[in-house]
Amino acid sequence: MDFEDTPEEAEYRAKARTWLENNVAAHERERFPDPLTRARAWQARKTEAGYACITWPKEWGGGGGTPIQSVIFGQEEAKFPSVQAGYFTIGLGMCVPTVMGFADDATKQRFVRPAVRGDEIWSQLFSEPAGGSDVAAIRTRAVRDGDDWIVNGQKVWTSGAHYSDYGIVLVRTNTEVPKHKGLTMFWIDLKSPGIDIRPIHQMSGKSDFNEVYFSDVRVPDAQRLGPVDGGWKVALFTLMNERLAVGGATGVGPADILKLARELPGSDGPLLHDRAFRERLADWWVLAEGLRNTRMRAITALSRGQTPGPESSIGKIIAANQLQQIGNAAIEAEGQFGIIDDPDLAPMKGAFHDAVMWAPGLRIAGGTDEILKNIIAERVLGLPGEIRTDKDVAFKDLPAGG
Amino acid sequence: MNFDYSDEQKFLKEEARKFLAAKCGADRVRAVLEGDHAYDAELWREVAAQGWLGAAIPEAHGGLGLGHVELCAIAEELGRACAPIPFASTVYFVAEALMRFGSEAQQAKWLPKIAAGEVIGAFATSEGPGPVGAVKTRVTGGKLTGTKIPVTDGDVADLIVALADDGLYLVERGEGVVAEALSTLDPTRSAAKLTFTDAPAERLGDEGGHTAMQAVFDRAAVLLAFEQLGGADRCLEMAKDYALQRHAFGRVIAGYQAIKHKLADIYVKNEVARSNAYYGAWALNSGAAELPLAAAIARVAASEAFWFAAKENIQTHGGVGFTWEYDCHLFYRRSRQLALVAGAPAEWRERLVGQLETRNAA
Repeated sequence: MDFEDTPEEAEYRAKARTWLENNVAAHERERFPDPLTRARAWQARKTEAGYACITWPKEWGGGGGTPIQSVIFGQEEAKFPSVQAGYFTIGLGMCVPTVMGFADDATKQRFVRPAVRGDEIWSQLFSEPAGGSDVAAIRTRAVRDGDDWIVNGQKVWTSGAHYSDYGIVLVRTNTEVPKHKGLTMFWIDLKSPGIDIRPIHQMSGKSDFNEVYFSDVRVPDAQRLGPVDGGWKVALFTLMNERLAVGGATGVGPADILKLARELPGSDGPLLHDRAFRERLADWWVLAEGLRNTRMRAITALSRGQTPGPESSIGKIIAANQLQQIGNAAIEAEGQFGIIDDPDLAPMKGAFHDAVMWAPGLRIAGGTDEILKNIIAERVLGLPGEIRTDKDVAFKDLPAGG
Repeated sequence: MNFDYSDEQKFLKEEARKFLAAKCGADRVRAVLEGDHAYDAELWREVAAQGWLGAAIPEAHGGLGLGHVELCAIAEELGRACAPIPFASTVYFVAEALMRFGSEAQQAKWLPKIAAGEVIGAFATSEGPGPVGAVKTRVTGGKLTGTKIPVTDGDVADLIVALADDGLYLVERGEGVVAEALSTLDPTRSAAKLTFTDAPAERLGDEGGHTAMQAVFDRAAVLLAFEQLGGADRCLEMAKDYALQRHAFGRVIAGYQAIKHKLADIYVKNEVARSNAYYGAWALNSGAAELPLAAAIARVAASEAFWFAAKENIQTHGGVGFTWEYDCHLFYRRSRQLALVAGAPAEWRERLVGQLETRNAA
């Protein structure tokens, strides 16, 4: 029961650290016109050294390494904030593995290496207005036209579509069969005629996601991933990786509100002396440590060559709710002043306010709290699945609403 | 990274589970609950024969000399079985106090007897409601006088580690010690009021009273957390098994989202408790400076998890869960005993934040 590396892990970590120290310094000396170009340059640098997609085969541009090496490099890289960027997470975490799993050799030869290097970015287009938690309920249609398919419909919550080059898209190809049996997966060029990408105006006022509209978009049948009407299995393959890609929350944590509570006045001295506040702080600390230590257990499984168990599924539920509660506790602790989110006036440049306005999204993205609890109940505890009244009904006969 | 039981420790844990499944079924727990005995003496002898009492006691003092992680694995299984024996008092509190503060002579005298199951221990700190504050118990001329209430296993203890105003003392049962059994929420674990009147007492270590008490609590908290975790896991299993066979409105209740989400909530709390208990085990076993913080984190998480699992297990069972015949209340009772025995959760939350303050100040 310890946190020590094995000798091989320690050697890998030392090598990674040395490489990072040298290369982050060199990277920081270069000038770039924008953050995306900067991120691409860092990704290319990692690729050349075998530190991009560490677990992928070298022939595809990966590092030919093990999952634990990937974790170790990630831990070391996280110590350098200047190279942190999320542009490639979804593409390399979900989309390109799907391409590698289901595309022909020529397609893989064409696309995998440029994606690893960061030259090309991929998006995932599954969710729709009519299908969020129930992804198989999507309505975007693809109709066969010779060697092509004609796609019409709308996708939502597409992260990064505005800077992406390609995407994988799940569409309905058959409405005469039950919903899971009439879906097909394609890869698409997001610059194709008929694709319109519009930012979603989030409740926070920011725009981190997009809507993607398809109007008579022509997609060659050669871009199909998996069989016609066999897209659900392909989608499950993609989604297996989603919670790993969405995973940990960033933002304010217990240490931030502890710092705030030292300075904020409470009813009698600083807020940190308030008994009720201290009890809540303790609970937040326990949960944050619980998450950290649960990650250590998952890493241990990787280190032993095992697959991490279901315990890692608890991460997002806890992290998202914790973020919302800590953010809100901080603004409430500020009293009347707490309503002010001006970064020049609010504590931590408004980070607690950002948490309050971002957490509702995090509790939904990548599986809502409720869906995650269903997953724990069904896949971990072995309880029965939900009753599905749409299981044996042709898609065209399903009641549609909202 | 090796943040889990080793294969050998897992084997020990599995063997312990099999042993307790055979020797400590619910009938044995109920026999203590409903009978006149303070604990299950036969199980106590069998547990001693397994060597568990001395799992973390060095071989030189008659123990197995394994380590604290092994003791944690045993504790987890004892919690799962709701074992009605004075294991925690004797091992987590008294043996740990002796190993932390005892002189060579004190250790040589008592640890072999504890390892052999010949001596039952009790840790006597509380003198009334609320956290242990100013202590009235005093020692003059090697004689200890005062009243301790409640003392878990105080009625059956041969060796008492008692907190006086200036530190910890060893007191043997007999001269100057009167025990009166108390009625408690968990009759599967006994408790007593101990009245000391000029009882011969021997100083244990030279730390001041509260510092010494807290050092023992920190060690016990980690071990108790594993018992609580084992109990919480058992409650989740009971709730799941029941929900999978109980039909209502034409199908098993385990299919209803209200039940599924409740059990998922229990699972999440149990995993948080497990991960934090491991952290405590690491700190205890390695003698890390983080032990006070790690112990508080482990204890708060485990107390919350066991309470939640125990009460929601009853709820999942519905009416039968509220009956004497069903075993749900055994764990509900034990969850209260374990949450209070080394100081209530609120005290540990306070200690946790206190540790954060000193750590940041340092």
